[in-house]
Amino acid sequence: MTIIDKTADVPAPRGAGDHEGPLLEVRDLHVEFHTREGVAQAVNGVNYTVSAGETLAVLGESGSGKSVTAQAIMGILDMPPGRIPKGEVLFRGRDLLTMSPEERRKIRGSKIAMIFQDALSSLNPVLTVGYQLGEMFRVHQGLSKKEAKVKAIELMDRVKIPAAAARVNDYPHQFSGGMRQRIMIAMALALEPDLIIADEPTTALDVTVQAQVMDLLAELQREYNMGLILITHDLGVVADVADKIAVMYAGRIVETAPVHELYQRPAHPYTRGLLDSIPRLDQKGQELYAIKGLPPNLLKIPSGCAFNPRCPKAQDVCRTDVPVLHPVTEQDGGELPGRGSACHFWKETIHG
Amino acid sequence: MGRYVLRRLLQMVPVIIGTTFLVFALVTEMGGDPVQNLYGERPVPESIRVALTAQYHLDDPLPVRYGYYVSGLLQGDFGTSLSGSRPISEMIADAWPETLKVAGIAFVFEMVVGVAAGVLAGMRRGKFLDNLVLLSTLTVIAVPIFVLGQTAQIFLGVKAGIFPVSGTNEGFMSYLLPGLVLGSVSLAYIARLARASVAENLRMDYVRTAKAKGLSPTRITGVHVLRNSLIPVVTFLGADLGTLMGGAIVTERIFNIPGVGYNLFKAIQIEDGPALVGFVTLLVLVYVVMALVVDLLYAVLDPRIRYA
Repeated sequence: MTIIDKTADVPAPRGAGDHEGPLLEVRDLHVEFHTREGVAQAVNGVNYTVSAGETLAVLGESGSGKSVTAQAIMGILDMPPGRIPKGEVLFRGRDLLTMSPEERRKIRGSKIAMIFQDALSSLNPVLTVGYQLGEMFRVHQGLSKKEAKVKAIELMDRVKIPAAAARVNDYPHQFSGGMRQRIMIAMALALEPDLIIADEPTTALDVTVQAQVMDLLAELQREYNMGLILITHDLGVVADVADKIAVMYAGRIVETAPVHELYQRPAHPYTRGLLDSIPRLDQKGQELYAIKGLPPNLLKIPSGCAFNPRCPKAQDVCRTDVPVLHPVTEQDGGELPGRGSACHFWKETIHG
Repeated sequence: MGRYVLRRLLQMVPVIIGTTFLVFALVTEMGGDPVQNLYGERPVPESIRVALTAQYHLDDPLPVRYGYYVSGLLQGDFGTSLSGSRPISEMIADAWPETLKVAGIAFVFEMVVGVAAGVLAGMRRGKFLDNLVLLSTLTVIAVPIFVLGQTAQIFLGVKAGIFPVSGTNEGFMSYLLPGLVLGSVSLAYIARLARASVAENLRMDYVRTAKAKGLSPTRITGVHVLRNSLIPVVTFLGADLGTLMGGAIVTERIFNIPGVGYNLFKAIQIEDGPALVGFVTLLVLVYVVMALVVDLLYAVLDPRIRYA
């Protein structure tokens, strides 16, 4: 299975050393959770790559495995109940999953950083933001408390928090939602990591602030030439910033495509359903489309294509055979780089 | 902050007036004849009865008597005890240090051992240590303190001879066992509280962030989780210190420590109204002040709480 390696003209990764190829490569990753009710298969063979300067958007409903994949990459899954029975996560060519915990800890935060959804609960309520930002420098670079505070103020300036020097000793609850998310971004950015994973960074924010935060993130990413994995369920957020998209369903990637092609010509019925569910002004007054049914129970994923019970185009083969991620081509067989669809009827979906 | 403290101090005035009046009224209405109680079965000489009745204003209505009491209290005069005719302030001065010694030992014991046991159990939920802490604390909570105290006295004092059995003649060692017994119940509550709090905080989002930052496990628990987990524990400890300083009737009785609790017990037994009211007033004062300290401490620990 090959997935998108080049969709954008990407500058060479900085400080890359001798490693060639993508910054991060996830290969056939499986994650399961052992619960009292049985084994929940959260991630079932995910593959994706991210290069320096590139933005990969991972799209999917709640429970599609997008956050779990990210947590497995970061190494912050709760194990147990979580387990990674299979797969590789190659960062600059080295498998993170086989590293020692201490080695991994050093990469976390300094080389790969993560931004979480709800900044209020994700920041420690009883420590000042200056302390929490400075902690990055103190732990990873051994700076003193004083030096760390100076760096924290610089960072807060960097993410455009007004009066940074005056607010460095404030606590998270004293900031507005947008400012708090900027602090999260500043924290992820602190050591200028190669890769940032943003797990629904704008979900808890109102629309105007969402745009500001996304712009900031995109700007900083360009400046530092970082790889960015943007996890979201918001199709609107994705369109502006992402280079390529991976759509996830029931722990699998069901479609990959460069961002604009996905919007123009989806090659998977699930993606089509998602796009059709976006409210549109020109269809005001009409009933809003919704994908019928519910996301599958991860303890009992349907046989064949996991989407088959909800798919308007499902045939018998969909109930028996799990579709692989087919490379998607033009009708005449012309190559469509970076496109793939895990649907038996991708041709009909994209061209029909 | 200053205004808040001032307001709280002012609020203490009605609380103290209300509680002392309640106790005073209760003791007065308790019935019986306090003068007769002094003499037991023997007849009271008429001259003494007249003298005592005049001295303690026994014939006046309740509000008037309470007025006398409060005006004395405001001049630092707790009155004199009925039984020994000792000034009650003197009795308090004798009794309180005894209680404080036991309370100090109990407090250090429950704080150090309770928090340590609770934090370790919370971090290793479902493991052996956790179950051990849960079971042993449950036992301590379930067993009444007089059983606990007397068992400790018999086995560790009488049979093993490690501790003095009773009294206060052997300095620190005399107070050690009573302190441990007194502290053990609160210790059990503190351990459970700390355990639940740590376990809950370990699941918080900010812990996930701390992991993602690449902090070491020691730093995550030691700095991030502990600061948050100890907020309810410290609150409990503060309130408990107030209770401890007010003396322990049962424990002090078992080990014959002549502290506040011991004196309270005696005062109730012989219906010594003035002494009873005096000691209870002290209890109320200590408790109200400790409640204020706890509230202020809470604001220090949790920046989300600010008093204006």
